[in-house]
Amino acid sequence: MSYSRVYATALMTIIRKEVRRFASIWIQTIVPAAITTALYFLIFGKVIGSQIADMDGYSYIEFIVPGLVLMSVLTNAYGNVVSSFYSSKFQHYVDELLIAPVPDWIILAGYVFGGVARGLTVGLVVILVAMLFTRVQLVHPLISLLVFVLTAILFSIAGFINAVFANNFDDISIVPTFVLTPLTYLGGVFYSISLLPPFWQSVSLANPVLYMVNGFRYGMLGRSDIDIEIALLIIVAFILLLWSFALRLLAHGTGLKT
Amino acid sequence: MTPLKCSQLTKTYRNGVQALKGIDLQVKEGDFFALLGPNGAGKSTAIGIICSLVRKTAGKVAVFGHDLDEDPFGARCSIGLVPQEFNFNQFESVINIIANQAGYYGISWKQAFKRAEPILKRLDLWQKRHTEARFLSGGMKRRLLIARALLHKPSLLILDEPTAGVDIEIRHTMWQFMSEINEQGTTIILTTHYLEEAESLCRNIAIINHGHIVECTSMNRLLQRLSGECVVLNLHEPLQEMPLLAPFCGRRIDALTLEVEISDGHSLNELFCLLHEKGIRVSSLRNKQNRLERLFLDLVQGGAPA
Ligand SMILES: Nc1ncnc2c1ncn2[C@@H]1O[C@H](COP(=O)(O)OP(=O)(O)OP(=O)(O)O)[C@@H](O)[C@H]1O
Ligand SMILES: [Mg+2]
Repeated sequence: MSYSRVYATALMTIIRKEVRRFASIWIQTIVPAAITTALYFLIFGKVIGSQIADMDGYSYIEFIVPGLVLMSVLTNAYGNVVSSFYSSKFQHYVDELLIAPVPDWIILAGYVFGGVARGLTVGLVVILVAMLFTRVQLVHPLISLLVFVLTAILFSIAGFINAVFANNFDDISIVPTFVLTPLTYLGGVFYSISLLPPFWQSVSLANPVLYMVNGFRYGMLGRSDIDIEIALLIIVAFILLLWSFALRLLAHGTGLKT
Repeated sequence: MTPLKCSQLTKTYRNGVQALKGIDLQVKEGDFFALLGPNGAGKSTAIGIICSLVRKTAGKVAVFGHDLDEDPFGARCSIGLVPQEFNFNQFESVINIIANQAGYYGISWKQAFKRAEPILKRLDLWQKRHTEARFLSGGMKRRLLIARALLHKPSLLILDEPTAGVDIEIRHTMWQFMSEINEQGTTIILTTHYLEEAESLCRNIAIINHGHIVECTSMNRLLQRLSGECVVLNLHEPLQEMPLLAPFCGRRIDALTLEVEISDGHSLNELFCLLHEKGIRVSSLRNKQNRLERLFLDLVQGGAPA
């Protein structure tokens, strides 16, 4: 049998396993995001939002929809890979992959695919929830889809790297709590950075999440704080950077081989 | 093609433990090979390196001619591993664990199910195929590890204590199963602490101690080296003192038990004639120790220092 056939089957196997995992525990993996965002829409959109002036020419609730969708995509993509891959390390069944003729990039691609599948599923659920509260627009569908998928890919890889370094269950929640959440909340989900003083506007530009949120907002609403080309370029650059870093970790066996 | 060739294999763990201090090992095609050694000798470390789970510090490993550094996938394709520790997803069902592992070797889901049936039936796990692994008993988990290692039909099967914690009846079925697999042409490397298991199954043997190979030979040649045997005799009637049994040496354990050394050049027949003359009736007899066990202890206790 040729190696390419083996690789394709191995990749399919990892993907099937990953999708089945989050689908079988959908109450833990899909429902929470729907509930949280419904609350966001209710409180920030309806209750407080009605007191807030239009943002960039959109009602506040319309403005926050893209950001909230993307926020759930990235946290779920990240969370899926970090907990799934860490469990496989913790219970040592990652050995099943390490002893088999599976190249590192297939392992990475398989887990990333699982994270993307979860991110997109949750993202779609959140869009459906948003439709209960407001009119959801889609000005540039292809760009929306592109940013949607690329963001899920990027954060799945990031979750994978987190899992490689994690030595206990606390380690898989440190990054989401101390890095991911602040970056997301400060990444323009709830406001346009044009509201900030110039200094904080420049600081915000160092936050990668800003480019994704604005890229997606451009796709849905047709306008954003950032040029869409620059946003896409930055997301792709981060993907390449983290992808090669993750492959180096795997090649070295960091956190996996003694 | 040689199934396994290790040269000057060395492993120093990050905490400074030197688990392997340059071992050379060669296993012939079709062999049933025992890799024995006391706890902490370095057996699992060596197996881990061969199976790409542990990074070697130095040395070379080739599996069927595929060098582990140059052609790792070629090597991995032909190995099946039954690890010492349970390393499957406890929340997966038996059949999914097996089918996933097969998928990593390029076997489709459908084909994996087809191949799994006879193996699971043979290992008495077929009824449990939809049970989550965590609900299996310890012995069933061991058999699951074996089933998982066989689906891609490896030509080299490495068993790291496969019968630990398995009841005597299942152990016998497993021995028979392993012999069959070996007869069908699979080379097997077996690690075990049950020496009678190694003695009855294996043709060649390496003994490893403190990271060194202290003995590597055929089982027959090793057993021939035994000078004499010690037998324990259970007597029909009590004896108040140790009878004179020259030229045999022995001692009285209690009124109904004697222990007698039968050294080279003497036979059990002579001993029985002597006992008969003295009117001592023996109701039963057994070897004091398994033969391999005695050799093993000699080699390991007199073996290379740490
Ligand atoms: N991950 C590790 N990190 C550090 N030292 C280790 C590690 N794994 C094993 N060792 C050490 O390496 C030595 C050899 O261990 P190994 O597991 O290879 O022994 P073994 O022959 O398989 O023993 P057993 O019969 O108990 O399974 C031991 O001293 C052990 O403490
Ligand atoms: Mg061991």
